Amino acid sequence: MILCSMFDARSLENSKEKLVFSVIILGLVLAPLFLSDFRINLLGKFIAYAILAIGLDLIWGFTGILSLGHGVFFGLGAYCMAMYLKLEAANGKLPDFMSWSGLEGLPWFWKPFSNSIFALVMAILVPSILAFFIGFLTFKNRIRGVYFSILSQALAIIFVTLFIGQQAYTGGTNGLTNYKSILGSALSNGSTKLVLYYISIGILVLVYVFCSVLVKRRLGRILVAIRDGENRVRFSGYNPTTYKIFVYCLSAGIAGLAGAIFVPQVGIISPAEMGIVPSIEMIIWVAIGGRGTLIGAVIGAILVNALKSGISESFPDVWSYFIGLAFIFIVLFMPNGIVGLAKKITRKVSKQALHTNH
Amino acid sequence: MGTYILQIFNGISVSSILMLAALGLAITFGLMKVINMAHGEFIMIGAYVTYLVQNLFIHLDKSLFGLYFVLAIPASFVVAAFIGFVLEGTVIRHLYNRPLDSILATWGVSLVLQQLARSIFGAPNVDVKSPGWLEGGLVLHQGLQLPYKRLFIIALVITCILGMFVLLYKSKTGRRIRAVMQNREMAESMGINTRRVDAYTFAIGSGLAGIAGCALTLLGSIGSTLGTNYIVDTFMVVVLGGVGKLIGTVAGGLFIGTANTTLEFYTNTSLAKVLVFLLIITFLQWRPKGLFNISSRSLDE
Amino acid sequence: MESILQIDNLTVSFDGFKAVNNVNTGIKKGEIRFFIGPNGAGKTTLLDAICGRVKPQSGQVKFLDREVTRYAEHEIVNVGIGRKFQVPSVFTNMTVYENMELAVVKDRSLYSSLFQRLKKEQIERIEDILVTIGLYEKRYNTPTALSHGEKQWLEIGMLLAQEPKLMLLDEPVAGMGRAETDKTGELLKKIAQTCTIVVVEHDMEFVRDYASKVTVLHEGAILDEGSVYDVQNNQKVIDVYLGRGGERDA
Repeated sequence: MILCSMFDARSLENSKEKLVFSVIILGLVLAPLFLSDFRINLLGKFIAYAILAIGLDLIWGFTGILSLGHGVFFGLGAYCMAMYLKLEAANGKLPDFMSWSGLEGLPWFWKPFSNSIFALVMAILVPSILAFFIGFLTFKNRIRGVYFSILSQALAIIFVTLFIGQQAYTGGTNGLTNYKSILGSALSNGSTKLVLYYISIGILVLVYVFCSVLVKRRLGRILVAIRDGENRVRFSGYNPTTYKIFVYCLSAGIAGLAGAIFVPQVGIISPAEMGIVPSIEMIIWVAIGGRGTLIGAVIGAILVNALKSGISESFPDVWSYFIGLAFIFIVLFMPNGIVGLAKKITRKVSKQALHTNH
Repeated sequence: MGTYILQIFNGISVSSILMLAALGLAITFGLMKVINMAHGEFIMIGAYVTYLVQNLFIHLDKSLFGLYFVLAIPASFVVAAFIGFVLEGTVIRHLYNRPLDSILATWGVSLVLQQLARSIFGAPNVDVKSPGWLEGGLVLHQGLQLPYKRLFIIALVITCILGMFVLLYKSKTGRRIRAVMQNREMAESMGINTRRVDAYTFAIGSGLAGIAGCALTLLGSIGSTLGTNYIVDTFMVVVLGGVGKLIGTVAGGLFIGTANTTLEFYTNTSLAKVLVFLLIITFLQWRPKGLFNISSRSLDE
Repeated sequence: MESILQIDNLTVSFDGFKAVNNVNTGIKKGEIRFFIGPNGAGKTTLLDAICGRVKPQSGQVKFLDREVTRYAEHEIVNVGIGRKFQVPSVFTNMTVYENMELAVVKDRSLYSSLFQRLKKEQIERIEDILVTIGLYEKRYNTPTALSHGEKQWLEIGMLLAQEPKLMLLDEPVAGMGRAETDKTGELLKKIAQTCTIVVVEHDMEFVRDYASKVTVLHEGAILDEGSVYDVQNNQKVIDVYLGRGGERDA
């Protein structure tokens, strides 16, 4: 009997997750009825972050690989999309920053980005390919744990310097901005914004469902196994390298997709978005929400960013203290985040209910 | 050729600061399996202590001003070490053997410390006036002058590393530290108070970063993000050099510093950074655990 | 009969220290071979070298006439060598059943983990093994709720599910009481019907009861090899190992 209830507990947790996710999505869908355009725009940005957080959770929460350079993948995806938007804004001419830097013609690698489909595909593919190379060169040699984290952090700083340095091709410190339209519809238009917002929600649902299915397959158990004992996985006959590279690429691709969604709504991408600081802040979204549960990543990303814009609008100094202390507090006292806490509470409540019944 | 020599010289002086900062990082990682992301903030603390000592001396007699730096070095060590000691006792000790979590928690510490610095000293950078006796330089031949400041930094770092060497390999305390590093349980059962060893070692590591910060004031102005600019390079020194051996840190620091400046000389700053990173990744293909590493026989670290 | 595992001139060194020094031995199919010897004799290192955890300096390991010395760990598992570690290592964040599931799968590629479900006979196999090791009732528990002995059995069960041709067991009865030890021994006998077994063990009573052949290691080299009886009466073996009461501690 106890066995049965144990088994049920798991599927119950799954269905609870589904329920919570559905409520969140419903809230997001209905939000335009209650919130100003400005807030909806912000919310759209948070949704992009939530998508990224799902990918990050896959690699950190499930597989135990702490990537401190996910801003790079997000940024690369965003830049791919931004190149398309920039070319559309330039309308056949050379983009403004290029002529300022004295370029005569469009660089070859910019040319295909005038195609929106190509740009979108590249937004996912370019980060994945980069992740493949980095993953291959590190995981194969069993560079892992903090060593990998440090290298991934170096990746962030390198891309920032590279993008700032190559001003003529990347727009330098200012990044790419001043877009006009997407697929012919003006970005300043309210209805375009709303459509983009709903597309973001749609992609969030897709990515969430896709990843949920993935981790429910045997793959999910293997990822957790790699997190808990990589050597043991080897001696069970699995090659962890393959799995790690796969999940790293997937996570990078999702980050790139998130970047592509981010750009048209926010209107700018600059190297600052890929640096060390935003990269590590992404981790705290997942940590606060609850690592190792996809729903936690979504909750964390939306909640932390909502708090951030709420607090830093009025007290920018307080935000630094808040987020700093949040890092410390979560790691020391709430390693499973909000979702972990919620699970604990419901477990306690149901136990108490059991007691009172007897 | 002259400019190149000067470049290399500058590279060595910067890498010597990296070494000093990395030393503390490598030792605490080897000892407690804790990565301290706030290590860079100890550099910042050292720099601000130097700034404070300087401000104190401005009010004294002018003839004494040149001496402030002599006092600033031990002061920055002591203050950084003390704050390190407090941090170890409050946060770090809960993070032993949780390296990934320690990255996150100490990142939080670093954010708080940076904001504290901004609240106390203001957001704009401040300047520290170098003492008069460090102005000028050693003229090798015409057009090639090695600044005294940088020579002083190199000498300071060499002194610190030698001091660390004596402490680690020639003293009783050092024996304890190395014993705990190699086998914590065994050291514990032999009556070594590992808690104390950890706290002291962490404090010393933080103090060394403080000295690094003090030295950095000779090279430029200081601000709350001073540490962040150096932290990644410092970590790369640890990755390259390996953990737990002094010589690794020295070699790693030297390599990264000179490689960076040499490549900058031939290409440009941003490309040099990329190339150094690629060099490190390539190197790790050959030796994934860094140049020098204590080999461990434990099953899952 | 042909050797299933052939070790030739195997030497493993750590920073110049030879943990295994020029070892030659062959293990026949169906044997229960015991490696015994004092602490630091190189028993575990020898297992490590066979299963690919450490790479030997020189010499070779042949399994079913296939040279596996330079294989990666998972490749060695996939040719049919299973390894159980001294400290029970199972996945604590999964149920007992899920632990078994990871072990029973034959195709361990990414594709299979994504798209293939367990076959019916694999599910039956898991259930059979769970019954054998006495954990069927606890299959939906996580291993954190298991006793030390039960964890050891779970790990042996996972090994069984892998269906190896050769099983390497590092101190499988360490920390077990007599009753559990006997149960484990019976389990070994049953396993040996289909699988060759190499055991590192200190418990001499256990060795006496179940060994078909014993290899005594000392300072990385083979001191003696033969039946339990022969080995026990070898003066050298008594001097370096048995005489010191080696069977009781460790």
